Amino acid sequence: MKATYYPGCSLHSTAAEYHDSISFVCKTLGVELVELDDWNCCGASCAHATNHYLATALPLRNLIIAEQAGNDVIAPCAACYNMLRAADRAVRAQDCQAAKINDDLEEIIGARYGATIETRHPLEVFGSREMLQRIGAATLRPLKGLRVVTYYGCLLTRPKDVVAFDNPEHPVKMDKLLTALGAEVKRWSYKTECCGGALALSRTDAVAALVAKLVTEAGRAGAQAIVSACPLCQVNLDTRQTQVVHPMPIFYFTELMGLAFGAVGADRWLRKHIIDPAPVLAALAKGE
Amino acid sequence: MTGAGITPSRKFIEEVETRSAQPVSLCYQCKKCAGGCPMSFAMKPYNCDLLKLIKLGEKEAVLRSNTIWLCVGCKTCGARCPNGIDISKINDTLREMALACGIKAGEPRTAAFHASFLATVKTFGRSYEAGTIGLFKLKTASYAQDLGLGLKFLAKNKLKLLPDSIKRAGEIKRIFRKAKEAGQ
Ligand code: SF4
Ligand code: SF4
Repeated sequence: MKATYYPGCSLHSTAAEYHDSISFVCKTLGVELVELDDWNCCGASCAHATNHYLATALPLRNLIIAEQAGNDVIAPCAACYNMLRAADRAVRAQDCQAAKINDDLEEIIGARYGATIETRHPLEVFGSREMLQRIGAATLRPLKGLRVVTYYGCLLTRPKDVVAFDNPEHPVKMDKLLTALGAEVKRWSYKTECCGGALALSRTDAVAALVAKLVTEAGRAGAQAIVSACPLCQVNLDTRQTQVVHPMPIFYFTELMGLAFGAVGADRWLRKHIIDPAPVLAALAKGE
Repeated sequence: MTGAGITPSRKFIEEVETRSAQPVSLCYQCKKCAGGCPMSFAMKPYNCDLLKLIKLGEKEAVLRSNTIWLCVGCKTCGARCPNGIDISKINDTLREMALACGIKAGEPRTAAFHASFLATVKTFGRSYEAGTIGLFKLKTASYAQDLGLGLKFLAKNKLKLLPDSIKRAGEIKRIFRKAKEAGQ
């Protein structure tokens, strides 16, 4: 399977370990990623928050270039994924403002978006039955004894008419995936509770309170770590545990896939974390 | 005039409903939106009370509130509202209206962050974290905040010091120009 890869700004900077682990995992599972040519920032929450035109036009430029390449898009950042899907859905629904923006883009870059491709999050791609089987087969070192909670955050599953690959209030794709890797997935009711990432710089105090609640509840559920599928959530949770009594590491789900697949360079990803995951993983290694 | 001295006006609610495409009038104040809102603890007024104010035509109070700037767009409200009202879309509209009217943001730091981020996107075509942080600090004079964290990120090679510019950055500048023409 060949796919166009839209890294978004964070996978080339603050989420380098997400980028590296996704590349490894895709190679192992036979998914060929080709990075989108000359991609631009999707505007993320800032365009969305203050400028409706930019919130559609910026992702649309990426979709037009991707459509020319002909393959579906894989977008690992939940915010990018949400923005690209929303622009795609607006064009499909023949929303008149989106149609006007599509006209403008034809004038600016010489092509318009025909909505012939789909944008997917890697969880959607890896969550198919066939992929789960392949993942089970690729698991050389099952994560036996690792207790985690899955954290989807807000933008991966809402709104349901835009991003519909899992249940908006009770998603399960990541749970199934981690179970296939051998980890023990704990139940908790904060899977889709927002971590406040969009306000991380401007209202650090409020965000620290949200993060503290999530980490405390994860601990109460019996988890040793939180597993994330979004670079904004991961960074926010990893760096803002200032009010937490017992901080815990925040993994990308792809890092855990890589560990289970026996990736050689996995410690290079994990060293990039602010909260060191080594103590939690040490127990795993001993169990073997 | 009503006893409380408030004259409900339809004009504001009509504008909000048209621009946000959300049926504000359908709200029956069940408060499920506020119950699930992660930011409600800091909002004045709560998201559901904001809708009540919109219905009353209280434009000033609504556009000056911190509520619209504290909404993180998580869409929990929209997922749970029995009447299909997505308050995040209403807040998007209200922020745009507040900016267009030149009303000082109820949370100036949040507005400064959005502006700083978009300024880097306009220049380079991609967001540039170090640049965003720099601009934000200039706008808000918060130089010491997160200094230690920034250094840790640099040490772990997670923060780029130089921006990553795209080849056809001119196209992005034209998109921003079009956005301005579109009245935003
Ligand atoms: S959930 Fe919907 S109907 Fe209930 S108060 Fe909120 S906006 Fe109004
Ligand atoms: S989208 Fe905004 S108003 Fe709605 S629940 Fe989330 S933070 Fe609250």
